[in-house]
Amino acid sequence: MNVTEHLPILVVIIPLMTAPLCVLLGQPRLVWFAALVSSWLSFAAAILLVMQVTAEGPISYWLGGWEPPWGIEYRIDILAAYVLLIVSAMASLVLVFARKSVPREIDEHRIAYFYTAFMLAFAGLVGIVATGDAFNVFVFLEISSLATYALISMGKDRRALNASFTYLIMGTIGATFILIGIGSLYMMTGTLNMLDLAARLPEVSDTRTVRAGFAFLTVGIGLKLALFPLHLWLPNAYAYAPSMVTAFLAATATKVAVYLLLRTILVIFGIDFSLGLMPLDNLLLMLGLIGVLSASLVAVYQRDIKRLFAYSSVAQIGYMVLGIGVANTTGITAAILHLFNHALMKGALFIALGAVAYRIGSTRLEDFAGLGRKMPWTMAGIVAGGLSLIGIPPTAGFISKWYLVLSTLEQDLWPVALLVLLGSMLAVIYVWKLVEAAYFGKPDEYRHYQEAPISMLAPLWILVIANFYFGIHTGLTVGLATQATSALTGGGG
Amino acid sequence: MNELQLLTWIPLVPLLATIGIVATGKSPNIREAVSITAGLILFWMVASLASIVSWDNTATLVLAEPLPGLSLAFNLEPLGLLFALVASFLWPVTTLYAIGYMRAHHEINQTRFYAAFSVSIAAVMGIALSANMLTLFIFYEILTLSTYPLVTHAGNDKARRAGRVYLGLLMGTSVGLLLLAMIWTWHLTGTLTFTNGGVFDHTISPVILSVLLILYVFGTGKAALMPFHRWLPAAMVAPTPVSALLHAVAVVKAGVFTILKVSVYIFGVDTIAELAVSDMLVMIAALTIVLASAIALYKDNFKARLAYSTVSQLSYITMGAMLGIAAGAIGSGLHIAMHAFGKITLFFCAGAVLVTAHKSNISELNGIGRRMPWTMGAFAIGAVSMIGAPPFAGFISKWYLLSGAFQTEQWIAIGAIVISTLLNAAYFMPIIYAAFFKEEDPQHSHGEHGEAPLPILLALLVTASATWLIFFFPGVPLALVEQMVNG
Repeated sequence: MNVTEHLPILVVIIPLMTAPLCVLLGQPRLVWFAALVSSWLSFAAAILLVMQVTAEGPISYWLGGWEPPWGIEYRIDILAAYVLLIVSAMASLVLVFARKSVPREIDEHRIAYFYTAFMLAFAGLVGIVATGDAFNVFVFLEISSLATYALISMGKDRRALNASFTYLIMGTIGATFILIGIGSLYMMTGTLNMLDLAARLPEVSDTRTVRAGFAFLTVGIGLKLALFPLHLWLPNAYAYAPSMVTAFLAATATKVAVYLLLRTILVIFGIDFSLGLMPLDNLLLMLGLIGVLSASLVAVYQRDIKRLFAYSSVAQIGYMVLGIGVANTTGITAAILHLFNHALMKGALFIALGAVAYRIGSTRLEDFAGLGRKMPWTMAGIVAGGLSLIGIPPTAGFISKWYLVLSTLEQDLWPVALLVLLGSMLAVIYVWKLVEAAYFGKPDEYRHYQEAPISMLAPLWILVIANFYFGIHTGLTVGLATQATSALTGGGG
Repeated sequence: MNELQLLTWIPLVPLLATIGIVATGKSPNIREAVSITAGLILFWMVASLASIVSWDNTATLVLAEPLPGLSLAFNLEPLGLLFALVASFLWPVTTLYAIGYMRAHHEINQTRFYAAFSVSIAAVMGIALSANMLTLFIFYEILTLSTYPLVTHAGNDKARRAGRVYLGLLMGTSVGLLLLAMIWTWHLTGTLTFTNGGVFDHTISPVILSVLLILYVFGTGKAALMPFHRWLPAAMVAPTPVSALLHAVAVVKAGVFTILKVSVYIFGVDTIAELAVSDMLVMIAALTIVLASAIALYKDNFKARLAYSTVSQLSYITMGAMLGIAAGAIGSGLHIAMHAFGKITLFFCAGAVLVTAHKSNISELNGIGRRMPWTMGAFAIGAVSMIGAPPFAGFISKWYLLSGAFQTEQWIAIGAIVISTLLNAAYFMPIIYAAFFKEEDPQHSHGEHGEAPLPILLALLVTASATWLIFFFPGVPLALVEQMVNG
């Protein structure tokens, strides 16, 4: 038996098995260490998978040796490997940050359960990406969602309960919609394997059931994705969740939902059906654009910085959806690129906010006064992340914007290009609001300030440097995104 | 060192200087020695680059390739070399000035000041040497960001508000319009490299080219074309050395430099001539020239008057580029250099008066020429050069601009130049007159003071003599801009 053969399942099973281990270990430091090791192992597996897939093409792994479509197939193509890499890398970095942050925000006797839930959420997200089976997607989606509700509810602020409950209701509706969608597809085709579905759907695509199934699936995924106007759960959930959870969710959960959307509309239904026969392209374009502008505008008026960046996340999801809605190769490349780049910038920003919360116990705008001097490295990280968010070269955010604007121009949608850039200008405003507060405000004399600990600065600055690195050397990101797009739009993959 | 090595080191020297400045921040003397030394080394490097270059065969240095087919690259080009020469010559001079000014004015955070200053110079070198529009854009944004802490140096509410206008306009126009123009150009032609004769061929409709030209010209907020000029007067809250080098030379010249580069190497002078929209842009530039001069007339604050004068002078360059004729482009290129020496002298004088006599309004300057004869003498030289009278630098560039305007029969442009010359005289001459011939006003008591501190005096005498000498020896700048239009 060769370990590399089993990588597709290992990447999921390692975090999944760590979850019960966390309960058994019980002791906070040990639990943290187990979670850390397992996430790094998962990360290593993801790196190996990327190498394997780029060298040899998509991997099909039959769970238990059962041949699809009877057994469950795990299918790692280039896009899946790429998203696995993002999710496991972010989990690994966030866990480093968690060492100091979690004991501050979570009661000691709950820490073991906290990490259990975290590993379940992580395993669920990885599972959604790795599997090639539509029902299996639903299972992993529920695993990660249920764990996420628990994680959010552990926030220090009591309003976290409310936020978690709202998310629970909306998330469950979304999951139900997805299930109904998958059910109707199964009814028409008798298969749950994604490739099999893709092969059989064209024959029956003219039926009302398939179309209804398509609609249910899109709306359900839209809810998980926080696509405007289904985003209402997100700002509160991000604002009141523990810092480490926000950083992880912002960098990964919505990315996986975007992945799921791409997989569903491009692989299962095929680009001709989803973006041609059904009017999804225009719908996504409009919703994406409204999402970008309205959420950016709302972000400008937020006083709590965690909420501010949560709204900015809604806007950034708008960019990705817009890229898919433009429906040409460049647009989809832009969406996939932004998936990666947005994880880098939001990961950095929310880790930095977590560091601020750790030191001064608040992320309200007025409490940032004077932090430019008192926590110079943390604030510099926020400024760098903010620049990437705006899309200033040479940051990763610039590369995403470049492709996105290019894609709209290729379709002669220049008003959309202008509005996308208007979104960037709104980002200048909300980022600079924070910069002004931090660098011009006077620090509170009665408060004790100190720079964040190294275990927080290290992951923060790894991400900040990555933001610049991937703004200059785009071989990896653009290369993978282009390959993934051609695989997706070329049918199958 | 050969050309490639010089291209590598020229932007690096000011960056290394930044590290040196931060490291030696504790002892001001060493810190400032680092600044000046770096400035001298930089100028020596740019000058030796100018001496070894052969235009038939210029080298390109590729740093990275952020997007497939689109690289981050440096390359030597005549106009860029001229810009680099001017900026690198004035940097050590300004540092000398800053030593006198910052100490006499007891400014805070001087290490941050010098550090941000040298990052800005590195960005300017990057802009000057850019081989394509993407590289230029990157350094353009770095320049905006690195000058932000300089503009808001005082850290008070006024500085914060000014910083908001500064960043909002410069970043807003560049991200919103310039970036769009760039991506559009890339979409149409597949290249952003500065190419002799431009990159557009005749298959692209004039309508799209017109829209692009408008996007480029207004997207370059640093060129301060109305209505996007307000950041420049706002930036005057910065310490005077910043206003002098950055907001009279480096930053604003980076703006008009971008416009000139775009019109010569992206559009091509001939394409500009064919586009009807360039006439409209000439008109907007002419309007900016006249309006800004008129506003300057009513500003009593010394630096505000100079700032509006800069807005007006910058539009000379934009106008020259939009004329669509070789002489216009030559005049624009020359004016980048000629205006630099004159305007920096004027700002040096304004700062000298501020730190020595603690006066910032023109109405308080009666009779000051008798206490500060060298300073106000240098001011007179700068002012006459601004007006465009011989024997000073400003005359040469104005000559070419006028001849360009005559050749294209752009009567509006000629009218604007004539009116603005009169207005220039109207707002500069009374200052000189009042300084030397009016009696001191007892209401604005001067206390006991004489000339400005020595470093300040030295710096402004250097720039004033340069303004004068360049009239007699315009060989190098003239050769460079002619090389630019001849390709």
